Amino acid sequence: MPQFARKTGIPRYLRKWQATVEKVARGYGLDFFPVVFEMLTYDQMNEVAAYGGFPTRYPHWRFGMDYERLSKSYEYGLSKIYEMVINNNPSFAYLLEGNSLTDQKMVMCHVYGHVDFFKHNFAFRSTDLDKRGRIVDLDSAGADYKPNRKWVDKMANHGAAVRRVIDRRGIEAVEQLIDHCLSLENLIDPWSRFFVRDAQEPISEEPSEIEVPRLRAKEYMDSFINPEEYIAQQKERLEKAREAQRKFPANSERDVLRFLLEHAPLEKWERRVLAVIREEAYYFYPQMQTKIMNEGWASYWHSKMMTQDVCDWSEIIEYADNNAGVMSTSGGRLNPYKLGVELYRSVEERWNRGQFGREWEQCNDLDEKSHWDRRLGLGRQKIFEVRSLYNDVTFIDEFLTPDFAAEHKLFSIDWSSRHERYEISSREFVKVKQKLLSQLTNAGNPVITVEDANHENRGELLLGHAHEGVDLRDDYARHAMAALVRLWKRPVCLLTVLDDKKTMLRHDGKEFTSSEAGEG
Amino acid sequence: MSLKIDQDHTRFRNIVRGKIRENLRDYISQGEMIGRKGNDQVSIPIPHIDIPRFTFGSKGQGGVGQGDGEVGDAVGGEPEQGDGQGEAGKDPGQHVLEVDVSLDELAEILGEELELPAIEPKGQSQISTAKERYTGIRRVGPESLKHFKRTYREALRRSIASGTYDPKRPIIVPQKDDKRFRSWNVDNEPVANAVIIYMMDVSGSMGDEQKEIVRIESFWIDTWLQKQYRGVESRYIIHDAVAREVDRDTFFHTRESGGTMISSAYKLCAQMIVDEYPSEEWNIYPFHFSDGDNWSMDDTLQCVELMKNQLLDRINMFAYGQVESPYGSGQFIKDLTEHFGEDPRVVTSEIRDKEAIMGSIKDFLGKGN
Repeated sequence: MPQFARKTGIPRYLRKWQATVEKVARGYGLDFFPVVFEMLTYDQMNEVAAYGGFPTRYPHWRFGMDYERLSKSYEYGLSKIYEMVINNNPSFAYLLEGNSLTDQKMVMCHVYGHVDFFKHNFAFRSTDLDKRGRIVDLDSAGADYKPNRKWVDKMANHGAAVRRVIDRRGIEAVEQLIDHCLSLENLIDPWSRFFVRDAQEPISEEPSEIEVPRLRAKEYMDSFINPEEYIAQQKERLEKAREAQRKFPANSERDVLRFLLEHAPLEKWERRVLAVIREEAYYFYPQMQTKIMNEGWASYWHSKMMTQDVCDWSEIIEYADNNAGVMSTSGGRLNPYKLGVELYRSVEERWNRGQFGREWEQCNDLDEKSHWDRRLGLGRQKIFEVRSLYNDVTFIDEFLTPDFAAEHKLFSIDWSSRHERYEISSREFVKVKQKLLSQLTNAGNPVITVEDANHENRGELLLGHAHEGVDLRDDYARHAMAALVRLWKRPVCLLTVLDDKKTMLRHDGKEFTSSEAGEG
Repeated sequence: MSLKIDQDHTRFRNIVRGKIRENLRDYISQGEMIGRKGNDQVSIPIPHIDIPRFTFGSKGQGGVGQGDGEVGDAVGGEPEQGDGQGEAGKDPGQHVLEVDVSLDELAEILGEELELPAIEPKGQSQISTAKERYTGIRRVGPESLKHFKRTYREALRRSIASGTYDPKRPIIVPQKDDKRFRSWNVDNEPVANAVIIYMMDVSGSMGDEQKEIVRIESFWIDTWLQKQYRGVESRYIIHDAVAREVDRDTFFHTRESGGTMISSAYKLCAQMIVDEYPSEEWNIYPFHFSDGDNWSMDDTLQCVELMKNQLLDRINMFAYGQVESPYGSGQFIKDLTEHFGEDPRVVTSEIRDKEAIMGSIKDFLGKGN
């Protein structure tokens, strides 16, 4: 790689364009963190992309794996990364050296859309940091709340911390641990930042003796009125009740990683590594929750700004060509860029024409509906509101209409066991929407909670899986449980449903067993 | 400048090769991309390791798609969210070649497996200069390298072919597929400073199987030495009762039927070195393969003389590989050992069958000289 490529500032003519684009964006009411553009060569771009956008991460082989895939597909001309932007304040955005001016302009417009989204979408509030670089407890953040998102620094600190651990423990041990933690990375509680789950009450050390209340009786009648067997029975019942009460955690805990961090018998370095993985998992989560909205928003603005303000007439064909590539939906694939931008446009139009609310919904006259225009002009305002207050699930749930689904030819896909292939299973609106929502819910992860940290009174960890109709993948569950055993250091059980049967999976570190569970 | 990612990448490669972290082996899958190299379609292997998590059984979940099609129509592949970036290879149905490990990587694996030492080169160090010249044309590239003439020509060709060309209004609008870009080729200025001289006995007693062994072995030797020296030259000598220089192809495919005079090959080899490869500048590696059945004891003694007086002082290492043949006596290797058993510059190895090739390569290259 040429040495000059280490200078990553952008050339003057692009700085001029940045100023122009920024002005245009502000003119439309976009409000963003400061944006710092940098110019990277393709291999730097691939490297940074492999690190998830952060040039300094902890060392791990999976970054090398992603790098290999990115470089190979670049080298053979299959795909290239045009742009990348980091949710950070200031936001860093990377331009690819050698792209045409039209491409660079389009990327800049796109980036300002993203950064506006980072700043305003509620889901990203969970990536706010306090002055000392810890994740803000939004609940206790006061009125003078000023977001700090110095994640580039934070990730670099994580990298340094993990490297220090590696220096002392050796790469093998640490990498194994990281792999195990990554196996559990998706077991976090996406909403924990926004409200306080029930506080855990500490358990008193020595429980007092159980006293069964006795009916008052004269001494000689006592053995008849309060028979021994009955007292014993009652005592047993109360003990059981207390046992149940003493169950720890008292309520299901969805942030499995936090639970392990707080209660698993980890060594200090293990805790350090697990904490790093958990924080980064939380950092990336909002991007998964808002993929459609975020890309849709950025695409909406790049196309608006490019076609109305930024593009020269000689560039319009090149722009349109590139834009079409980004928006393509070939091979029956759903493209989040396309879906997002079309949904925003549909919302904008509906609110411009007043196609919402009771009157609209109760109107049964198709002809009237097709000409419905109240000239409200609320569209722009509405989509700004939507970009702040929704995530993909609520966005789809509220704004995906039957008309939209029909117009964009959406269909649901299911595995056909008869033909051994994926098939179009339905074009019915309700089914399509449900499928889409279930795919997006919890970012496509099963909901798994900690139920009992002292299962069977043997210090085993009991997890529960909230089964919603789709079974867990068996072999992967097995490995994830092995990872849990590694951290919990005792056998781990998981109550789930397999083939319509309640099933208890158990891993004791050596052996994996699966048995039908009796009563739940 | 090396990239920070290189470390992670090396680690990943090592996992894929199964050198470290065997617990991950079950999760390695071999994906592939279809790419294009010149006019050929190539399959590019993309190894992938899935980190197993609690996840849904993939068949159960299905997904949502977009486009035409009836209920019950097949949808290709797994339903997942594509990101719309980039385009996959467009015209399938052509022959697909496999691009696998690069030779460099292969040499590295070889080196690791056999624990071969790196070679200390002599002479004025290996100077090989690489120059990048923009002489190539590719279908992808940055706009700034667009080759206007070629692009125009492609566009013109397409519009004539599709019938949209109007000679009265000759406007050509290039599309994406028409675009051609300049690209570089790397010219290696040949500053070779190592030469391998392969000699092979092609007398009647060397059968096809023996030649196969020689071919495989010389491929690996080539690969390893290429890794050690940029720009290795290879020369090929075949002999029965007389020796002559041939090209690579002939070397592996000739079968003669004469007798065997090994000295003829050594003479030619010595001559070649004296004429073309001054030993101060060149790292010289003669490799001789034979079934060890020399014509006469006299000739063998002549060989020994030649080696002592003309060859050994000029070369890095003299390697003799003896393949076993049903006809040969296999005497020659014993004679060599008798005369040069103590000399570190002479390496001999017996190759009984294909399985023995690995061991023999280690014999040859394991010394690092």
